[in-house]
Amino acid sequence: MPEPTVANPSCSPPRTPAWLAWFIGRLGYGLLTAWVISLVVFIATQALPSDPARVILGPDAPLESILTLQRQLGLDRPILEQYLRWLGSALSGELGVSLDSNAPVADILFGRFGYTLALLAGVIALVVPVALLLGVSLALRRDSRVDRWSLSLLIFLKATPGFLLAIGLVLLFSMPHMDLLPAVSILDPDKSLLRQLQFLVLPVLALSLSALPYLTRMVRASMIEALESDYVVAARLRGIPEWRIVWRHTLPNALIPAIQGVALTLRTLIGGALLAEVIFSYPGIGTSLNSAIQMRDLPMIQAIVLLITLGVVLINLLADLLTVLLTPKLRTARRVTMIRRNRRGIQPWWRRSPSKAP
Amino acid sequence: MTDVSSARWQRWLAEPQTRKGALITLLLVALALFGPWLAPHAPTDMLGQVYGAPSAAAPLGYDFLGHDVLSRLLSGGLSVLWMSVAAAAIALLVGSALGLLAGFSRRRLDQLITWLADVSLAFPDLILVLLIVSMLGRAPWLIVLTVAIAFTPGVIRLARGSAVAVAGQEFVEAAQMMGYSRRRILLREILPNILTPLLVHFGNMLTWGVGMLSGLSFLGYGVAPPTADWGLMINENQAGLLVQPWAVLAPAVLIGVFAYGTNILAEGIGRSSSRIGDKQP
Repeated sequence: MPEPTVANPSCSPPRTPAWLAWFIGRLGYGLLTAWVISLVVFIATQALPSDPARVILGPDAPLESILTLQRQLGLDRPILEQYLRWLGSALSGELGVSLDSNAPVADILFGRFGYTLALLAGVIALVVPVALLLGVSLALRRDSRVDRWSLSLLIFLKATPGFLLAIGLVLLFSMPHMDLLPAVSILDPDKSLLRQLQFLVLPVLALSLSALPYLTRMVRASMIEALESDYVVAARLRGIPEWRIVWRHTLPNALIPAIQGVALTLRTLIGGALLAEVIFSYPGIGTSLNSAIQMRDLPMIQAIVLLITLGVVLINLLADLLTVLLTPKLRTARRVTMIRRNRRGIQPWWRRSPSKAP
Repeated sequence: MTDVSSARWQRWLAEPQTRKGALITLLLVALALFGPWLAPHAPTDMLGQVYGAPSAAAPLGYDFLGHDVLSRLLSGGLSVLWMSVAAAAIALLVGSALGLLAGFSRRRLDQLITWLADVSLAFPDLILVLLIVSMLGRAPWLIVLTVAIAFTPGVIRLARGSAVAVAGQEFVEAAQMMGYSRRRILLREILPNILTPLLVHFGNMLTWGVGMLSGLSFLGYGVAPPTADWGLMINENQAGLLVQPWAVLAPAVLIGVFAYGTNILAEGIGRSSSRIGDKQP
């Protein structure tokens, strides 16, 4: 985004904005994190178990097949060489061959990844508007009876483990006379997902219920904070109608912390999605991970965990970028240090409040 | 010191939410601790029909192998309880030690610890635990340890953030000027002042721990059958959901109530202690 032109002749001509330099630094940080993650995944799956081949084949496997598998996975080479080969092939998109089905992991995961993305997109598309409306309206009715009751309900939802909510929905919808929606999401792989959206409803609903409390309470809190600030008082004194103050003056400011909130919600959702997918038999990467673990399909486990964690790194990166671009003070900052010093919006959640994720 | 802590207790208990949460949590803890004695039968005795309906002999019916659901329910709380408490306690101790260390060491170490916490936060908790448990086995201590590892980065960041905020206040400067050692300042001046947020976080960790551990058992990676465990019971009896819903419903309700109790407790303590009150998300 271009810097605003300043009517000062001594000012240097437009140069690259400071946020670009900040972003490059942030990108480097993200890449470094991604590299360490690859190291952790590799160590946990291949270096830490004394013999991965034995883990895969079980304790009673004959020595011959263990040796074959070791050769097949390259486990007989030095550990550093193993890591470099694994990293190299992962970087070129070659995720190995699934031990369970003998198909390339990338092919199996491609479609399933799309299903999980559709699930997460559905949840975000439902939760963000609802949390926004609910948070704002609760902030405007602060301390009223509605507010107190809604907060207790939200705390109840927040405390209930997500998989229990999912099981509750299954229980409700698998009852006789309740065949409005399918309680199990066995998709037909030949049909497009858009034609079988009814299978998405319950998983999306279950995940949304567990994701809603955190975001709603966050929007409510930052709305209350924004409504108490001086510029709102000034706007009221100037006779600006209340709806305009709420939607045009306060909400944009209150929303910036919510970007980080959405990023955090996505991170916790990924764990929850795994359970929800298993409960509803939804064919996403969560069910794949679950069955890969049960089948001890090492390349599959490595690929899925790597994919998920890199996804989280990417989400965090995008959230930080969005925050900087949407905060005028950060966007037009002239020096990188100003972004670092002023990044109240991208100040992580743990420094702002003592309570963590939902 | 005792005056301060008793005043703190009174302030916490003045909040109705804290009392409610403490009551629920204590009831569930008592149920989990003394349940095995109260159980009418051994949790692994096969007494009735598979998915037998509730009767006078078995108020909650029988499960997928004909075990008495009530007996399994009473015996199955202990594992969730001790494992979540142990995991949260380890995370609290290690995390606050590392967080304090990060907040009060030179920049390099601080950045290193913060960054490592960042890296491990890229692993969704459940995925990290699943990865380690599936690779290294499902011994209870290993599960506790991995859940603790998953929880530690959050504690590190919380402890570091609140310690840095406290360190700027006058009484810490005064202690520094009086020449107190760094350790004394950390343990006697700063730690008591960040105890409340840490305690609230501990309550939250218990809630997540209960959810995560029962979720792990539900997926089949937790306590090994035939041991009774609430999460495992849900998993085992899922097939008979329509025939004998109590075998699934009863453990699910208890897990939910336990998680709710610890959460309400944490909320109450947090609310009574923070000046901004219900503003915090």
